[in-house]
Amino acid sequence: MSFITAKHPMPEQDPRERIKNFKEVALGYDQETAVAEANRCLQCKGAPCQKGCPVGVEIPAFIKLIKEGDFIAAGNKIKERNNLPAVCGRVCPQENQCEKQCVLGKRGEPVGIGRLERFAADFGAAFDRTAQHLSRQLTGKKVAVIGSGPAGLTAAGDLAKLGYRVTVFEALHVPGGVLAYGIPEFRLPKDIVKREVDYLKSLGVEIKTNMIIGKTFTIDELFTDGFQAIFVATGAGLPYFMNIPGENLNGVFSANEFLTRTNLMKAYMFPEYHTPVHIGAKVAVIGAGNVAMDSARTALRLGAQKVTVVYRRSEKEMPARLEEIKHAQEEGVEFLFLTSPVKLIGDKEGWVKNMQCIRYELGEPDASGRRKPVAVPGSEFNVEVDTVIMAIGQGPNPLITQTTDGLMSNARGNIIVDERGQTTRLGVFAGGDIVTGAATVILAMGAGKQAAISIDQYLRDK
Amino acid sequence: MYRILQKRSLATGIHMYEISAPEIAAKALPGQFIILRVDEWGERIPLTIFDFDRKSGSIKIIFQEVGFTTKRLACLKQGDFITDIAGPLGMPSHIKKYGRVIAIGGGVGAAPIFPIVRALKEAGNEVISIIGAKSAETLILQDVMNNVSDRLIICTDDGSVGEKGFVTEVLQKQLTGEKPDLVMAIGPLPMMQAVSELTASYAVKTLVSLNPIMVDGTGMCGACRVKIGEETKFACVEGPEFDGHLVDWETLIRRSTMYAKEQELILGEKVRSGGGCGCHS
Repeated sequence: MSFITAKHPMPEQDPRERIKNFKEVALGYDQETAVAEANRCLQCKGAPCQKGCPVGVEIPAFIKLIKEGDFIAAGNKIKERNNLPAVCGRVCPQENQCEKQCVLGKRGEPVGIGRLERFAADFGAAFDRTAQHLSRQLTGKKVAVIGSGPAGLTAAGDLAKLGYRVTVFEALHVPGGVLAYGIPEFRLPKDIVKREVDYLKSLGVEIKTNMIIGKTFTIDELFTDGFQAIFVATGAGLPYFMNIPGENLNGVFSANEFLTRTNLMKAYMFPEYHTPVHIGAKVAVIGAGNVAMDSARTALRLGAQKVTVVYRRSEKEMPARLEEIKHAQEEGVEFLFLTSPVKLIGDKEGWVKNMQCIRYELGEPDASGRRKPVAVPGSEFNVEVDTVIMAIGQGPNPLITQTTDGLMSNARGNIIVDERGQTTRLGVFAGGDIVTGAATVILAMGAGKQAAISIDQYLRDK
Repeated sequence: MYRILQKRSLATGIHMYEISAPEIAAKALPGQFIILRVDEWGERIPLTIFDFDRKSGSIKIIFQEVGFTTKRLACLKQGDFITDIAGPLGMPSHIKKYGRVIAIGGGVGAAPIFPIVRALKEAGNEVISIIGAKSAETLILQDVMNNVSDRLIICTDDGSVGEKGFVTEVLQKQLTGEKPDLVMAIGPLPMMQAVSELTASYAVKTLVSLNPIMVDGTGMCGACRVKIGEETKFACVEGPEFDGHLVDWETLIRRSTMYAKEQELILGEKVRSGGGCGCHS
């Protein structure tokens, strides 16, 4: 049997073209390529890949259906476990999850599971005209989900499938959470997010936008209103800054602000859409996670001439997905490693113009297991900038913990839960970034799935 | 969608909308604000809640046409809908018995100060209100402010009504008399800065309500960060009221001009989709 060691390449927009538009970079497999890639799958007994999936998608089963050419059945197979397959097929860090476990990865590249998932999800969305007839029994019980990001949407979908009346409360005017405001159009088109949200609505999930829980309603009021269980999935919605001099100069953004203006408010279509975003010629992005890559690539598309990612560790420690780093490099993003800003300097009008940086070297491993960056005394140097985007992480938004008695959080502000996702308040569950700190879409979805199981159990026992 | 129940013009370019928003009306407290988006293409902008009626489930906002979005908002009519309104946002004013309070509303700042003055009065304070405007044509809320204040002093830049001069000049006279326990000022940034500098020299506690550039209004984007003393605070969740003596006015005023160029551009542009409404062409 012939053995193809590499994944079938993903067709992509040419880097020279794509930095001029916000259209999706990866174009997706066609049917022929999908079948060929599916044929690489060995259908291992015990399905190691499946063990690497936080939501437990039956991976060999859906790949087998693609092999057989039954693409719609393949999509439906994924949807049994995953309410957001088109999202996951695009933004999951597959290389660290399912694909990491694939035995083909030992002698070459693993099966392109994420690419196949995306293919099946997109094919189903385009051609599956069968109605969603759910043979579920309605329980008559109401569950509130706070936040419509990946954790919230997943829990909402699973609870609806279990027969609960689910209402999702979203603070912004569009559902999707980080999928809507954070991840750029060129990586996750907003039509795809809308499609996934519409699917949940077809399951009977009600979504209320412009509802800020902690302000518009409190947790206690939701209970009074007849909700019998509540899932808090408010994510990591508080930007961190470095607390260095000059951070409030004009032209300095949090990644959250920069991405929200661009993605949610469509500033890249200003003035057709009315929200502007200011972008200079020389942009520095501080941090090297996925949010930093998204910010850097967005800055290029908005017309920046030079975009530099500044990171205090080395290339090896970058937390972003390999594919995102590769895409950023192809597009011309530059990298400045072992470097961190210590001071931002403005011009007379108060716009950032210079960034004083200091060099770092790697010392002993720290608590995270990575070698700790240590500043090199006297190594200061200046970088010319006119836009600085802080992408050094996000913390938990305190609006709910502040307004809910008895809901305990830890020193970092993350809500404390037990192994089932139950908080210190009876009937209140929490999951995703609000519990773990900023992580990935798929981990949040895993938490949403766990919450749905726990809430179902709780309401059955009640 | 949020329906405009009533539209009233208060002065040239200053409008009051009563809007059906039962969830917000049920919760609103003096000092809080909303974020609205006029339509699908719109920006999210913060506006203070001028008044609220829990029974009828409505809120009132007052705004002045200054930028593109407020001009678009002004194009709506009674019975029209505002696409999105979220709130109530921000920390409510800290209402208690201070004793003698001087409340200053500069220009359209008379609108946000009104519910605070009313609450301060209800809490047993003696309230002297000062409202200032450029001229008689742009003076608003004279009657309602009069109803909730022990004394109301009006001043205009051109002297067309009330005393001639700035609110700071009126305030100065008050400060040389019996010392107030609190000064509360809402208005343009330079006015609030001038008031704070004046009261600092008299060591009178001064609160101001800040309205920096915001996007989400829930602490998520950090656009509204202001330096208060040595700390950086997010005005949307930790404000909008702060100690005027601790505000870094220079940074705040500078940050408020961040999108001046883009404002000019969009005001000059015939905006395609959603189009110019025609009433400001």
